[in-house]
Amino acid sequence: MITCILYESLAIVTPDFHPKSKLLSMFKIPPLPENARSLLYDAGEMSRFIGRFFKEGFLPRYEVAEFFHQCFVIGYKSLPLTGLTAFIIGLVLTMQLHPTMVYYGIEAQIPAMVGISIIREIGPILTSLIFAGKIGSSIGAELGSMKVTEQIDAMEVSGTNPFKYLVVTRTFAAMLTLPFLVIVGDAIALYGSYLGVNIYRNVSLYLFWTKIIDYLYFIDIIPAFVKTFFFGLAVGIIGCFKGYYSSKGTEGVGRSANSAVVLASVAIFILDLIAVQVTDLL
Amino acid sequence: MEAPENSSKTVINIQHRCKSFGDLVVLNDFNLQLQQGESVAVLGKSGSGKSVLIKCIIGLIKPDSGSIEVLGEDLLAADHHELDKIRTKIGFLFQSNALYDSMTVRQNLEFPLRRHWFKLTQTEVDAMIFEALHNVGLEKTIDKMPAELSGGMRKRIALARTLILKPEIILYDEPTTGLDAITSLEIINLMKSIGDRYKTSSIIITHDMKCVEFAAQRVAMLIDGKCYAEGNYETLKVSTDEKIRPFFQ
Repeated sequence: MITCILYESLAIVTPDFHPKSKLLSMFKIPPLPENARSLLYDAGEMSRFIGRFFKEGFLPRYEVAEFFHQCFVIGYKSLPLTGLTAFIIGLVLTMQLHPTMVYYGIEAQIPAMVGISIIREIGPILTSLIFAGKIGSSIGAELGSMKVTEQIDAMEVSGTNPFKYLVVTRTFAAMLTLPFLVIVGDAIALYGSYLGVNIYRNVSLYLFWTKIIDYLYFIDIIPAFVKTFFFGLAVGIIGCFKGYYSSKGTEGVGRSANSAVVLASVAIFILDLIAVQVTDLL
Repeated sequence: MEAPENSSKTVINIQHRCKSFGDLVVLNDFNLQLQQGESVAVLGKSGSGKSVLIKCIIGLIKPDSGSIEVLGEDLLAADHHELDKIRTKIGFLFQSNALYDSMTVRQNLEFPLRRHWFKLTQTEVDAMIFEALHNVGLEKTIDKMPAELSGGMRKRIALARTLILKPEIILYDEPTTGLDAITSLEIINLMKSIGDRYKTSSIIITHDMKCVEFAAQRVAMLIDGKCYAEGNYETLKVSTDEKIRPFFQ
């Protein structure tokens, strides 16, 4: 039954290869438009790619050295950019909030408000988007250029599984380093906010921090931390997918890098939406 | 490097090889044998399926039908580990060199060594890298990045990387494409000297007639997906066949 449904679904997408489809012949279903078919192909390829990642990612041989190298490249080298952005956001958010909070006479709540917004939403989303821009494009372009210059083939000929060496290491590195970038980014953003508060009032770091802690619960921190693993996974796997299947020379490499960023950014928003719904249920 | 034994045996045997991409038939009942120590040039027009042929031989592309034996092993029946073992005996020089951009020359040469021969000490690895670079006359480039090298130098480094695993067979994919006449001649001489010194067998995919003339002992013409004609350079050069003649004019 399931096989039959799958076959019929495939037949609609690829009528040329499934001439025995009963649905197509009985109801004369027209084939899907080219764009829709291409989208479904991409989705299918992507699903297969993710499946392969989980299959190969946990089986030996483990590329440990390359994984740590990628953690350094993907994680550590992204720190200045994500840190600087977080600092500016913390500072600007506080300065923008200040007049309104003073107007309503709740200036003392600025640390709590900024703290909760940064830790629950702004920090993870902003850091992940910056990460998607920097790492998604770099993985897409790197793997894309390796593909079109036959370096991936050369790797396979050298007895290396290029999927494990290139895709698994980069995706795991993105998945594991992004949460730490978010934690460090949050801390820097809060420090930026502390400096912002001190532009108007002389507030000690202890008082500022106590104000945040008073209003912060575990339910604010844990989901915000957990979802960043999924954001990292999305950035890594999309960048690798786009690069690994890059074609059509240098133009294709550019397109891979570009679509990796766009798709990863959209994926982050969709995952965030799901995370918010799941958190609300808890 | 120890030279393989020089008894005449078939090292590559391709039988009834077919490969299509959609409606485009690239190889259609292609047959070819390569003897030990022999160099065969596969000559054909651009897009005739020459690169597909050698990518099938190394297992990068799966053929639709036919059989291929490399050093007595059936390539199509081989699993991943067996394929890796066979690949250690085959060197592949890519048309684009395929040097790893992010690695130095030393790391490029070390990469296949570390993958296949796990127990080598660093001293042994260094000695093998030096020997491979010495073979192509580029010892001084060891710490350079591929981007810092000229086209000819990159080709020679790629050749050194191909040689480092001491292959019994070398597959050359357009070894002289994109090089000037002098550098092409240097590469051709290098290929010849490697073949003479180590008694390696080779398949050379090319449409450079100088390369065919000087580096190959036998020429196979890949026309319409088939091995249309075989013979030495001199014989084919005087052929009156209208499909062969244009290549030698």
